[in-house]
Amino acid sequence: MSKVLVLIEVSPAGEIRSTAAALLGAASKLGEPVAVVAVAPGSGASLVEQLGSLGAAEVFVGESDLVGKILGAAEVQAVTAAVAATQPIAVLVSNSVEGREVAGRIAVCTGAGLIMDAVDVREDAGRIVGTHSVFGGGFSTESTIDGGLAVVTVRQGAIEERAAAAQPVVTSVPLTVDISSAGVIDSVEDVVVSSGRPDLRGAATVVSGGRGLGSKENFVIVEQLADALGAAVGASRAAVDAGYVSQMYQVGQTGTTVAPQLYVALGISGAIQHLAGMQTAKTIVAINKDEDAPIFDIADFGIVGDVFKIVPQLVDALNASK
Amino acid sequence: MKIVVLVKQVPDTWGERRLDPFTGRVDRESVDRVIDEISERALEVALSLKDKNKGTEVVVMSMGPSSATDGLRKGLSMGANEAVHVLDDALVGADAGWTSAVLAAALKQTGFDLVLAGNESTDGRGGVIPAMVAQRLGLPCLGSLNIVEIEQNSVRGERGTENGTARVHASLPAVVSVTERTPEARFPNFKGIMTAKRKSLTVLSLAELGMEPTTVGGRSVVLSTVERPARTAGKKIVDEGNAGLELAEFLAARHLI
Repeated sequence: MSKVLVLIEVSPAGEIRSTAAALLGAASKLGEPVAVVAVAPGSGASLVEQLGSLGAAEVFVGESDLVGKILGAAEVQAVTAAVAATQPIAVLVSNSVEGREVAGRIAVCTGAGLIMDAVDVREDAGRIVGTHSVFGGGFSTESTIDGGLAVVTVRQGAIEERAAAAQPVVTSVPLTVDISSAGVIDSVEDVVVSSGRPDLRGAATVVSGGRGLGSKENFVIVEQLADALGAAVGASRAAVDAGYVSQMYQVGQTGTTVAPQLYVALGISGAIQHLAGMQTAKTIVAINKDEDAPIFDIADFGIVGDVFKIVPQLVDALNASK
Repeated sequence: MKIVVLVKQVPDTWGERRLDPFTGRVDRESVDRVIDEISERALEVALSLKDKNKGTEVVVMSMGPSSATDGLRKGLSMGANEAVHVLDDALVGADAGWTSAVLAAALKQTGFDLVLAGNESTDGRGGVIPAMVAQRLGLPCLGSLNIVEIEQNSVRGERGTENGTARVHASLPAVVSVTERTPEARFPNFKGIMTAKRKSLTVLSLAELGMEPTTVGGRSVVLSTVERPARTAGKKIVDEGNAGLELAEFLAARHLI
């Protein structure tokens, strides 16, 4: 079977990021998943078992002391070496800030073509085909690569397939990383989400708050409803800019794009940039005191009224039905 | 210091944006075209350095159809010293690989100490071009900076990712992309608009860059384009005291709770 490389994102603490499962799942639709990790020498072994459980048939470990100290160069090197060693039909990378930079650089290094921000992948007569959701879901397109390897960046939370667990074959190689052309990392602040709520990317239900909530203290109502629904918390850019919550929660054109079963917008007017990040949600509910808010144009259920009266009543009803 | 700012002309996000159903490309004819807001923010970073340090030279560079001139003129009226427009019919439908190769060639020809760009455009949203240009030029890339600090021989700043932030730096020359956390761009003033007319706008063809219109490795091809039906408004009620309960019933009926 053709091999498909998956670049695994590793946190500064050396843990596999949550994007790995979906990437390996996507790879298993195309061929045999080969996980590629760039790690400090000696720290790859501890990741192998977990990568096997997520479906990696092989694990390609690139080792360098510079991992985590420079931007992307070790990851680019690791994948380039793995491409030469395994002759894959595709390389899958997370469509994250870090992943897409690495993907672009891999494409340059290997002469590959890019399939960007794919929400699904398939193989068709030897070609890799990616599906894209464009302009906030207004259009759906398919693309492929002519005459070369396909490097695919995969939208986070979009792929539901998971690969069957495997006993991976491990290959370790030392990387020779050129630091003369690398950006240097001085310090990292890795935000560990410890709320116990689901991750915004890939959550089945998302409750988001906007500027209409009025204050950081009031934003807690979003968390209360999220907890009653078992949902992830999101926010509009206006709420982030107003300092109600950190940037990590931003849903929209910039920020995270979500496509949950249920999206609840509290005090969000619905600027087009916000809609672009959530309008492919299956069901949209909006509560806003402004009856002309654009969010109502796309809401399956809209309520004109006071969030602080309606949501507590809803939370009580939800808790009573449990 | 010479800073080249890469600017992209995009369909205005306040209008309806469309794809051409036959080519799968962005429909640039039926919409208002503007400089992408994130490109303007990148330009603002360069111009605010120029405000402080008069020796700073700012060049705006765009690859695009003839209409991209409007965006470059706006960049000049905001305060850039000169503009470079890479214009060639063979570039229609260029993918990221080809675009980055052409921009890298134009940058080499123009010369620079620092390249600034937006982290991702509002139309393509690929977010790969700055890193690909840097790779082709063999230069460091600091991507997605929320804060940019430009020094004599280096650039540093705060990089924002899905997982938090990092402090990063690189020696110059380098490529930097900025996020929308960087300051909002200034508006052109009357003096700027008047002086912009006298500033140089160089148009470069592929031949002038010494490039052949061929592919550089694998090429992205759009296979199909389908417009999703527009989302329509559903039920809308005004709260009369029991909307929370009605919403609970709605969610239960759809098996969402």
